[in-house]
Amino acid sequence: MIDFFETRYGLLKRRTKPMIKEFGLTLYVIRKSPLAVAGGIVVFIFLFMAVFGKYIAPYDPIETDIANRFQPPSLQHLCGTDKLGRDVFSRLLHGARYSLKVGIVVLTIATPVGVFLGGVAGLLGGWFDELIMRITDVFLAFPYLLLAMAFCAALGPSLDNAMVAISIVWWPLYTRLIRGQALSVRENAYIEAARSMGEGRLTIITRHLLPNCLSPVLVTFTLDMGAIVLATAALSFLGFGAQPPLPEWGRMISDGRIYMFQAWWVPTFPGLAIASTVLGFNLLGDGIRDALDPKLRRVIEVEAK
Amino acid sequence: MREDLLVIRDLETQFFTYGGVVEALDGVNFTIKKGEVFGLVGESGCGKSVTALSILRLVPPPGKVISGDVIMDGENLMEKSEKEMQSIRGSKISIIFQDPTSSLNPLFKIGYQVAEPLVYHEKFKMKDALREALKVLRDTGISDPEEKIKNYPHELSGGMRQRAMIAMALACRPDLLIADEPTTNLDVTVERQIINLMRILQKEYGTSILLITHNLGVVAEMADRVGIMYAGNIVELSDVRTIFHDPKHPYTKKLQRAIPSATSVGKELEEIPGAVPRLINPPTGCRFHPRCDNATSMCSKVKPKEVQVGTDHMVACHLYG
Repeated sequence: MIDFFETRYGLLKRRTKPMIKEFGLTLYVIRKSPLAVAGGIVVFIFLFMAVFGKYIAPYDPIETDIANRFQPPSLQHLCGTDKLGRDVFSRLLHGARYSLKVGIVVLTIATPVGVFLGGVAGLLGGWFDELIMRITDVFLAFPYLLLAMAFCAALGPSLDNAMVAISIVWWPLYTRLIRGQALSVRENAYIEAARSMGEGRLTIITRHLLPNCLSPVLVTFTLDMGAIVLATAALSFLGFGAQPPLPEWGRMISDGRIYMFQAWWVPTFPGLAIASTVLGFNLLGDGIRDALDPKLRRVIEVEAK
Repeated sequence: MREDLLVIRDLETQFFTYGGVVEALDGVNFTIKKGEVFGLVGESGCGKSVTALSILRLVPPPGKVISGDVIMDGENLMEKSEKEMQSIRGSKISIIFQDPTSSLNPLFKIGYQVAEPLVYHEKFKMKDALREALKVLRDTGISDPEEKIKNYPHELSGGMRQRAMIAMALACRPDLLIADEPTTNLDVTVERQIINLMRILQKEYGTSILLITHNLGVVAEMADRVGIMYAGNIVELSDVRTIFHDPKHPYTKKLQRAIPSATSVGKELEEIPGAVPRLINPPTGCRFHPRCDNATSMCSKVKPKEVQVGTDHMVACHLYG
């Protein structure tokens, strides 16, 4: 009996060892790049703020306290207070949640839609490909922010509508990406083999084509997270997104910008929050891309030995 | 006399390219009998693989089967709907390709991929299908199949992958297995093993095999009947002994003189001058006449008819018309 478990355990160890090693190597390669580590730390702080900000915020983000308006940063108010006496630091902590929410919602809507359409267009080709890609071109022909603003204006300004608007302008990026990927993957013999085994088109797309197209999506996903935070802030800044008193970062800059010279801390801290979050996601995305690139990776692995 | 399994009549496949129409198959006729190995031999680009894909109706665009019948068990595959074809592919007719490296999806385990056609065609539950897959894999002589079904394709050698491909193709016990240059990408010792394996499995499973190759040695070893293909036509067709001992068509004769052998050491190897013609503007009449020593003026004008010169021995050449 003991023998049995021993061999089982040995087998398990043998089986999982390469996987763990592989993952460890990826982490190692990411760790090797100080910029990627910095990005990772910033992203971690952002995620932490988004999840736990509610509980660690010292003040209510919406409650006003006119007596204490425009307090400069101090130990009581780490980032000072705004024109209604609200604690800017607490508002920043709450704001992270909205940015993360928009990012996740947009990516869960836009990515599957974009990936599926791109995969279908790439595999089937012909008029269907033309149709989808021309629609994609129409979307990509406008600056995405302008287009999102137009949709927002049509839907009415609110954070939910901003999410919808950004999703609408975001999927074509993924369609493009995946279509290009699919065009090269579909030339692989296993696609033809699957067809010769009598598998239908849908099975081929979902089983064989898309899974083999997905690795660049991981990188784009991370990079896009920053871009979406930026887009949300921009929409809110222009008044199309979050409405007061919602503590959204772009909105906070917009509300605070006229007090720039009286109370610099009101627009500056949300601005810093946006900038560092976007930078963090971009650095992490770059790090992941480098870690997944076999050519670059080889060099670092050799150096490691 | 064995029963006919697959009858191919006047199969014509063309590719509509920007450069013009490529007449890849120009009226191909042959019959595969139940339980036999039919070898289809020819140079690169003569239409062997297109024949295989045409049978399965998988010719990639811009290619198209123009006309002809492929009759299996009394039913014409050319008249089937795409849905019906899907249920035939992989269950009644399977194909293995020459490159086992890229014919397996790198993201799925071997066992899962071998089991998939069973789930698909025979409506097996995944658990039963995996058990059946293990059985078939054991038949293909993979060492340690219990371990191998949990491996990913990149963890296997080329020979092992080709065995896995064969297992996948045979999982549903098809009536016909098309082997499109199954050993071209393998080294010689592994080639030998795979050929032996296919012979054993063919007997065991009672499957007919359409063996496509440019290697006459492989054909001599495996095939019962042989078709020699040239530029989209079958120029000679007979049983394997006749093809090797009493070839009639000038192309067949030349092909055989181009095989290196152990007894002809030191002798210059003969080659066939010229190359397979481009099929956008194929030579008129007999497509072989520009490379043929016996060509007459008639050869460049009239396409030779397929003539029976013995029992089950067909030649398409004016020398015998």
